[in-house]
Amino acid sequence: MTTAAVRFAGVTKRYGSAEVLRQVDLELAAERTTAIVGESGSGKSTLLQLINGLVRADAGIVEVLGSDLETVDLLALRRRIGYAVQGSALFPHLDLTANVTLLARLLGWSAERMATRLGHLLELMELAPELAHRYPHELSGGQQQRASLCRAMMLEPPLLLLDEPFSAVDPITRVGIHAHFERLAASEPVTVVLVTHDLREAVKLASDLVILRNGSVAQAGPCDEVIAAPADAWIERLFRSQLG
Amino acid sequence: MRLAAWIVALLLSAPALAERAIVVGSKNFTESYVLGEIVAQRLEGEGFEVQRRFGLGGTLICYEALRSGEIDVYVEYTGTITEVILDAAVAPERSALVEPLAELGLLPLPELGFDNTYALVLAGDRAQALGVERISDLRGHPRLRIAFSHEFLRRQDGWPGLRERYGLEQEPVGIEHGLAYQAMVRGRIDVTDAYSTDGDLERYGFAILADDLDFFPRYAALPLVRRDFPQAAAAVIGSLEGRIDAERMRRLNAEVVIGNRSFAAVAADYLAEEGFAASPRAAVTWRSEMLANLIRHLQLTSIALGLAVLLGLPLGIVVHRSARASRSVLYAAGLLQTIPSIALLALMIPLFGIGLVPAVVALFLYSLLPILRATVTALGSVDPTLRRIAVGMGLTPWQQVRHLLLPLALPNVLAGIRTAAVISIGTATLAAFVGAGGLGQPIVTGLALNDPNLILQGAIPAALLAIATELLFELLERRLIPAHLRQANS
Repeated sequence: MTTAAVRFAGVTKRYGSAEVLRQVDLELAAERTTAIVGESGSGKSTLLQLINGLVRADAGIVEVLGSDLETVDLLALRRRIGYAVQGSALFPHLDLTANVTLLARLLGWSAERMATRLGHLLELMELAPELAHRYPHELSGGQQQRASLCRAMMLEPPLLLLDEPFSAVDPITRVGIHAHFERLAASEPVTVVLVTHDLREAVKLASDLVILRNGSVAQAGPCDEVIAAPADAWIERLFRSQLG
Repeated sequence: MRLAAWIVALLLSAPALAERAIVVGSKNFTESYVLGEIVAQRLEGEGFEVQRRFGLGGTLICYEALRSGEIDVYVEYTGTITEVILDAAVAPERSALVEPLAELGLLPLPELGFDNTYALVLAGDRAQALGVERISDLRGHPRLRIAFSHEFLRRQDGWPGLRERYGLEQEPVGIEHGLAYQAMVRGRIDVTDAYSTDGDLERYGFAILADDLDFFPRYAALPLVRRDFPQAAAAVIGSLEGRIDAERMRRLNAEVVIGNRSFAAVAADYLAEEGFAASPRAAVTWRSEMLANLIRHLQLTSIALGLAVLLGLPLGIVVHRSARASRSVLYAAGLLQTIPSIALLALMIPLFGIGLVPAVVALFLYSLLPILRATVTALGSVDPTLRRIAVGMGLTPWQQVRHLLLPLALPNVLAGIRTAAVISIGTATLAAFVGAGGLGQPIVTGLALNDPNLILQGAIPAALLAIATELLFELLERRLIPAHLRQANS
């Protein structure tokens, strides 16, 4: 019996001779938001990409939504995982609607079902209907970012992976998007894994915190517990410098 | 690729399915055009359906074309048959040629009556003043200035053999054949080589020296056909036996070269003078001819371009992910591009014969590089983050290509296809040399005749076609590509 949406057991990943992740054991609770923080090069992006199979582990087991990644049908699994990255990465040749509904269309969703889901998401993200047929370059940075969250959530995935999705927008816009994200996470039963280098953002948006250091988990647990009891002096210094 | 082969096969069979006309060929010099036209009109006068494939670029091309059935008849010279086709010591007489040609499936029809061999010529007044009438007479004039074309200087049946046979002591220099007559007229040289039926001899009043020791081989003109050539048609062509002597041929050539008349008109006049029935379609209007050439040109370029897209695009998609594979493929395609187009066309002949196929294959090979290069670079420059998203969201490899890579690469790919199209339209004008027709046809003929009007009849439509193609692609870009993704190139 488990409530973990993602489980890493003894996972190691190397790029050439460099070990990026070393013997990682970690469980990410279902229907909660977990933030993975760490310095650049700590392996947090790699950890995220192990979950949707963009990166394959050299050793250990990665279990996602109850399936072992080694044996699962990767294509089917990926369609149950929302994915958004830094800078929105909307497809420039498609308008907002086509971007968000691309996969739903390819999977043969009915027009009605598609319109309902799209309308709901746009409303949740406060994207006005007149934006629906604009191309990405005709949208503001914040609008693009929200549209990319809509795209990630279109198929109602049980799992959402976010790779520093808010880092490319200015601080004021970011505060707004944080609010939108929180509305989204609250309204859908979704497990969120958020990779960020911004500890403040992590603590604000996530319920659980994973701190990576040099490819290993330095500390993991509910945010308040981790903040209350840093595992070592390095983490304590990190909190002091970033959270004040 | 099977589809491509199928399309080619279909396009090739289309003309064959039409009524079986007799295809008359010619080489790309005045006399061959005139004789081709005479044979064609003679057949037409007797009710045969005739197709003209004139201006083929040389003996071997005509020979290949005849054997492969691309053409049914063309006029050849006995000396050329022994020298180039048979490559053996056979006497250049029709009677001696029948047997060896039969082994190749060919049949020489009766000789037309003249011999277009090498000849030595002297300015008319000089010849009279010196009393020189025969080549032997040159022995008495060791100080005469002699200049020969480079080919004549080298050929065994040219100067080396001639000097030996006649015991000549002059030291000739090399000269471009096109310049020799002018040099003669201006008195810079005294003697040069010529073809005995050259229409220009008439114009300049040059004296032809008699080959009194019978050195030069015979180059008697005769129509050459395959052995399966219809008897009735052979009989009609046979009626020309002995009806054109050297004097007559020189005059016919001169009417074209000096009189600026068309081959068709000169041929029609000749047939009328000889009392043969007139061809109902002796005078093809230049308009219908140009239209036919234009259509053939479009056919050539669009088939080649279509095939290049069908191969280049998928190949580009397959190799673009591997830097090494891309490099090798682009290198290979680039290598093809460095082969001069006329050489590439010539290389195609042993593989594909003459006509549409070798031309299409050559144009296809030329079109490949721009399309491949555009595809590979365009796909390679797609933002890796977008690719990662496409994979991560669960698009299949084909869906990634179809919904992300191709749309983003499209502006560049279209630009590549556009470049290929324009290159093809230009290069296709050379296809006339291998009997593929097209707008190169009047250009080739015009070059042979030094007739700028005729050249322009091919060059102007070709240029207009290139411009129209540019406009068409601009329109396509507007239709297919959202404004913000278009290239800033127009």
